Amino acid sequence: MRDLWEAFTGFLRTFGALQLFLLRLIVESPRVLMRPRLVSQQIFNAGALSLVLIMVCGFFVGAVIGLQGHSNLARFGSEDILGLFSALSLMKELGPVITALLFAGRAGTALASEIGLMRTTDQLSAMEMMAIDPVIRVATPRFLGGAISMPLLTAIFTSVGILGSWVVGVPLLGVDAGAFWSQMQAGVGMADVWEGILKSIVFGLAASLIAVWEGYNAIPTAEGVGRATTRTVVITAVVILVFDFMITAMAISLG
Amino acid sequence: MNADHIVEIEDLHYARGTRPIFSGLNLNIRRGEVTAIMGPSGTGKTTLLRLITGQLLPDRGRIRVDGEWLAGLRREGLYALRRKIGMLFQNGALLTDLSVYENVAFPLREHYELPERLIRHIVLTKLHAVGLRGAAEMMPTELSGGMARRVALARAMATDPRILIYDEPFVGLDPISMGVIVRLVRRMNDALGISSIVVSHDVQEINTVADSSYLISEGKVAASGSPDELSNAPSELVRQFMHGMADGPVPFHFPAPDYTSQLIGNGEGDDDA
Repeated sequence: MRDLWEAFTGFLRTFGALQLFLLRLIVESPRVLMRPRLVSQQIFNAGALSLVLIMVCGFFVGAVIGLQGHSNLARFGSEDILGLFSALSLMKELGPVITALLFAGRAGTALASEIGLMRTTDQLSAMEMMAIDPVIRVATPRFLGGAISMPLLTAIFTSVGILGSWVVGVPLLGVDAGAFWSQMQAGVGMADVWEGILKSIVFGLAASLIAVWEGYNAIPTAEGVGRATTRTVVITAVVILVFDFMITAMAISLG
Repeated sequence: MNADHIVEIEDLHYARGTRPIFSGLNLNIRRGEVTAIMGPSGTGKTTLLRLITGQLLPDRGRIRVDGEWLAGLRREGLYALRRKIGMLFQNGALLTDLSVYENVAFPLREHYELPERLIRHIVLTKLHAVGLRGAAEMMPTELSGGMARRVALARAMATDPRILIYDEPFVGLDPISMGVIVRLVRRMNDALGISSIVVSHDVQEINTVADSSYLISEGKVAASGSPDELSNAPSELVRQFMHGMADGPVPFHFPAPDYTSQLIGNGEGDDDA
């Protein structure tokens, strides 16, 4: 019972510290944005280097949606709405969620281990000793870089995914090209687009915050950095799936 | 307050968890001198440096650096004070994603808006002082341990500090690199008119460079004075440390249950009993 209580208070303390950390990142953001090179370098690291992964995965997820969608819709004779079906599922769910999970695996782990290693090799202490705040110089640019990259990556994932679904559906399985695009155009509303964008922004903030936090607070040993990297992926995955449910529920109840 | 002292530590208490590291430490560091802080491994020498630079807060007692009490300083004040302090970490702590040149330029770029030509001038001068002007374009991973430490020294000097702090500068160096660092410590101190604090347990090297030394043990100053005074001190502990004897007041054996009973006893005292 006492262990349970301690685990609970420990969780609350960590959660509180995490919120304070997020607050500091947000407060320092304007100052960091004044030095665009710091941020653009991190957008390159988190975003551009994830690009190929995102596009390849996006294509195949879209292609599988095309296959599954076609074979199931064909049972009801409604293959024509394949375009709408793919666009909605990619835009609202698969795009943001899978991009965020891939982002955690590719960019999140890189961030956590990089910052963790900087902690381990005293680079963060050295900055503090040079009167340079590592939260400003190291954590905030990486947080911003990740948070800015995620929505862009999601948009690319979704677009390539729709392309993948088209490749399977139209040239290979013979869905009418006009129906594919016009059904999509008629059926997808602005609310659907916004839901996807909102998710990608929230997921980007969450994934970047978790990665930077885990790296920044890694125990300064080889094992500690390894654990921080693992925790980044695991915690991000859980948080994103929970947030996904909450945002979807909110969107439906409002919608 | 004594104007001769650049660092004053009064009645310092600090514990990590339940383990006390310092209990009533008093120590003064004189301006313009090289002061050595020595002690067996695990006596908290690095912790002491982190306390002096305000990275850690003492549980009790006060620390004054260059006339300012650390306890009264907020983040801005502390950062302003740290600009007067250059610190050399044990492994150099160079930023691994920047070249040697950019590492030395780093504090200049972060703190001041200087024209590129002036930055170049300062960086090359500092690198020249440590003999590594030719390595300016190398990356930290390409450097040997001794070179990395010299670059870190150039970086620590980039903003012209008043105090230079060296954390174990001699550890793991070959004799030549060691000689280079020893010479640099002395030369930087005298040429720049700064004060140096060297934390080390390399008795021979430190004796050649230090004006005065403190030997710390069990949370207090066990002995202090010039290298000669320490070498001839009557205390058993000081003798053991200065002459590198394996057994003495600091025992060879880490505390353990009785040897015989652990070996022949049927599991008593064993972990998996």
